[in-house]
Amino acid sequence: MATSLRMVNPDEELRRYNFRIKVASGIVVAAFSVLFSRFVWLQLVEYDRYHALAENNRISLMPNAPARGIIYDRNGTVLAHNFAAYTLEITPAKAGKLEDTINRLSEIVSIDAGDRKRFKKLMAESKNFETLPIKLRLTEAEVARFAVNSFRFPGVEVKARLFRQYPMGDAFAHVIGYIGRINQRDEDRLQASGQAANYRGSDHIGKAGVEESYETLLHGVTGIAQVETDSGGRAVRVLAQTPPVAGNNVYLHLDAKLQEIATNVFGPYRGALVALDPRNGGVLALVSKPGYDPNLFVDGIDVTNWRALNDSPDKPLVNRALRGIYPPGSTIKPFMALAGLELGYRKPGDVISDPGYYSLPGSSHRYRDWKKDGHGVVDLKKSVVISCDTYYYRLANEMGIEKMSGFLSQLGFGHKTGIDLDGELTGLMPTPEWKQKRFKQQWWAGETVIAGIGQGYTLATPLQLAVATMAVANNGTVYQPQLLRGWRDTMTGRITQNPPKIAAQLKLDPEHLRLVKEAMVDVTRPGGTAAGAGAGAEYLFAGKTGTAQVIGIKQGERYNESKVAARHRDHALFISFAPADDPKIVVAVMVENGGHGGSTAAPIARKVIDYWLLGKIPEALKEDAAAESGENEDVPPPAEQATQALRTTPAARTTR
Amino acid sequence: MNIRHLMKRLFGHIDRPLAGLLGLLLLLSIVTVFSASNTSLDKLTDHLINISIALTAMVAISHVPPQRLMQFVLPAYILGVILLVGVAVAGEVVNGARRWLHIGVTRIQPSELMRLAVPMMVAWYLHYRQETLNTRHYATAAVLLLIPVGLILRQPDLGTALMISASGVYVLFLGGLSWRIIAGGIVMAGAALPFAWHFLHDYQRQRVLTLLDPSSDPLGAGYHIIQSTIAVGSGGMAGKGWLNGSQAHLDFLPERTTDFIFAVFSEEFGLLGNLILLLLYGAIIYRGLALAAVAPSLFGRLLAGSIVLTFFTYAFVNMGMVSGILPVVGVPLPLVSYGGTSMLSVLIGFGIVMSAASHKKLVKT
Repeated sequence: MATSLRMVNPDEELRRYNFRIKVASGIVVAAFSVLFSRFVWLQLVEYDRYHALAENNRISLMPNAPARGIIYDRNGTVLAHNFAAYTLEITPAKAGKLEDTINRLSEIVSIDAGDRKRFKKLMAESKNFETLPIKLRLTEAEVARFAVNSFRFPGVEVKARLFRQYPMGDAFAHVIGYIGRINQRDEDRLQASGQAANYRGSDHIGKAGVEESYETLLHGVTGIAQVETDSGGRAVRVLAQTPPVAGNNVYLHLDAKLQEIATNVFGPYRGALVALDPRNGGVLALVSKPGYDPNLFVDGIDVTNWRALNDSPDKPLVNRALRGIYPPGSTIKPFMALAGLELGYRKPGDVISDPGYYSLPGSSHRYRDWKKDGHGVVDLKKSVVISCDTYYYRLANEMGIEKMSGFLSQLGFGHKTGIDLDGELTGLMPTPEWKQKRFKQQWWAGETVIAGIGQGYTLATPLQLAVATMAVANNGTVYQPQLLRGWRDTMTGRITQNPPKIAAQLKLDPEHLRLVKEAMVDVTRPGGTAAGAGAGAEYLFAGKTGTAQVIGIKQGERYNESKVAARHRDHALFISFAPADDPKIVVAVMVENGGHGGSTAAPIARKVIDYWLLGKIPEALKEDAAAESGENEDVPPPAEQATQALRTTPAARTTR
Repeated sequence: MNIRHLMKRLFGHIDRPLAGLLGLLLLLSIVTVFSASNTSLDKLTDHLINISIALTAMVAISHVPPQRLMQFVLPAYILGVILLVGVAVAGEVVNGARRWLHIGVTRIQPSELMRLAVPMMVAWYLHYRQETLNTRHYATAAVLLLIPVGLILRQPDLGTALMISASGVYVLFLGGLSWRIIAGGIVMAGAALPFAWHFLHDYQRQRVLTLLDPSSDPLGAGYHIIQSTIAVGSGGMAGKGWLNGSQAHLDFLPERTTDFIFAVFSEEFGLLGNLILLLLYGAIIYRGLALAAVAPSLFGRLLAGSIVLTFFTYAFVNMGMVSGILPVVGVPLPLVSYGGTSMLSVLIGFGIVMSAASHKKLVKT
């Protein structure tokens, strides 16, 4: 035991302890007195009030779903909006025999097999006390007919609800996405992120595209009414009410007209186009063909439509702009050229002699150029302009795969661009370590050689190509591609800008950049591989063609070789920016099975850029525009302030 | 050996008045849990098993002399801190908080161990320095307290951290921390409130705001308060009678067998029931403190006192929360709420109190 020189005074210590115990007891008595006073207050003084509340069973909390924010393009064109319509709703718990009720209802309003199916599905997903729509978008006549007969249908009522609509249809499906009914998985996620309370009363949630990315901005805050109800669950009076706060209106960098033109000039092909504003990374157009009608998804897509979309060999549901991964082919050459200069493997004046093939030292295998007899004497600039393969076979071999991979990944190859859409794929910028891990095999020099012309393992998404092009156009400043330009608080009217985000700031020699850019401008001039598409351009048009020799698209997911095999034409690629001396737009085009980049992909980019810089509308579209006007008569007008649907959900509860 | 002898061997360290009071409270608990669980026999059986286990543990621990207990204090504390660090580094995130640690096949929540280990550690430290206690020692003891509390706060688990802090502060208080420092601490705590606000998580702030205005969040935390207040208030003077609480039985009350069980009790037994409950708690606390005061060693006195006062704190915070005068924190009503862990730790605590008071003779060396 511890020994001490000091005298202990146990009496003193005990006295002190006992005093402290008394103080503590005092605190206990005081605290319990407070509690007791509270009980007296609640159970005696306020008893009548609480007794009444409990007796009337009690307070129902009715959530009041907010109106979802509207999505606009940069010019205020509506891309997604709401309209109010009447629905016929059933509360299964109050409706008695459901089958019978629905049958009798169908005598008054038209209820088809699809409506019944959808209703059954909703029933399975919901709780009994929710009201569920049996028939959407009633006509005036139907509303009137039901009103006369409503007494025959307990538990059935007409409600005004807001519906989401995508007026631009297919062309924007991949960007804007769609909302869909909240399912169990959404519910779990909302629960986990603590947002479940704010979604009581909401039926829908963003499922894809901008609707998904900016769900929190768009959704708004659910209002709540504390309603006193009688024993039958009917609202007697509203005790207190917090109105819902509508979601923010969202503005995108997207230009609806540009997107339409891009979609249109794509013609019948499958593929993708990405147009970026190199000055801030704003996504001006993001096309993935074919598209689909997002309106189909809003109230639950039916089986036939779903099968058609999901089983189509054209894979319309895949967003090729960010999920289609293709070999970049020759579009990688300007970046390779820049790598050669920056890493010191080439000087601007260096020339090679191209006999039409390249062989690795000590090997007889010939890596062929696309031009059988070769291009003769080729310098760096010419190598880009005429797309000389031999030049890049050799450069790649000298540089080695690791240096190549290191430089190109700085430009974004093999990395996600960070665009504000879900599901982007990383593409692939191979390294020996990657191959070892993936295939347990060593890297061969021949693989480096073909990587030099964007073949082999290298894979990129059209979006990545656009970002790499932006790096060159922008002299090394790479912005993260963003769709969101800003949003407007619908309550306060306050506008918040979404600032550009710099993804990378590369230190590149201006002289090298100038050289590569000049070469890219010459690509679109006589003698270049895109001379046809560049003819008559009223601005400095910089580009690079590409042709990729791989069939089909690799989605990383379902890849059906037997179906793709029939479509064995090459993919056509084109990357571009303009004006080359002051870039305002970057465009990457990928046309599946389009043949040559110069003849198929480049003209598409040209038309898009012509519109953006000069306001030129392609001839074909002018006629379409005339024919199309007046077609949209049946689209109800947007109704931001439309009547809110009140949904009765008995007092909800949460766990901590 | 006759039966009387055997009883003495078994229950010799059990304090009869305290055990009787605890028994009464447990009886109330059984009655209330049965009602709160909508007369579920399964839940009742579980509850009875939990109580039996916990009572056995209390009897067992009452035989362990405080001197023996002291040998385990330091290892238990160090182990606890290591586990808490483990939680911080490799803990499993459940509902956004990192509280659990996987050990082989099972997972544990180290903060539970600290509920007893922390006050024991502080008492142990003061015990060995009782002859020379000065401000520096109290400061060191405070650090011993703050290390685990800080780690638990990080998880984050504000409720447990506050409760463990309280248990440690009670030891310091009973151990003679000077009034000037106590007063200073209260003033500082008051001044720090605005800053503490800054460090709270959004949901914690929400709970405080909700308390001030329950209707501001009627679907979230406000829902609990609104419904439990209705339950308490509608109980009136004599209550609606056992098994007759409409709030409780119509599914309006959340977590009504655990943290919100007091709302059930209060609705069915009314103000009179509440008064009896308060008196019962008061008597247990009074008897517990009386036992703590006769404990022969400083360690025993400090630990027993802290255990009793912490018990009081749980009861106060829970009833305050259910009746809407304190923010909603996850704290059970001790010895009434359904739940094995809480039952076990509270009764082990009382076992220690009885042991501290009944082991009169110091071991001679």
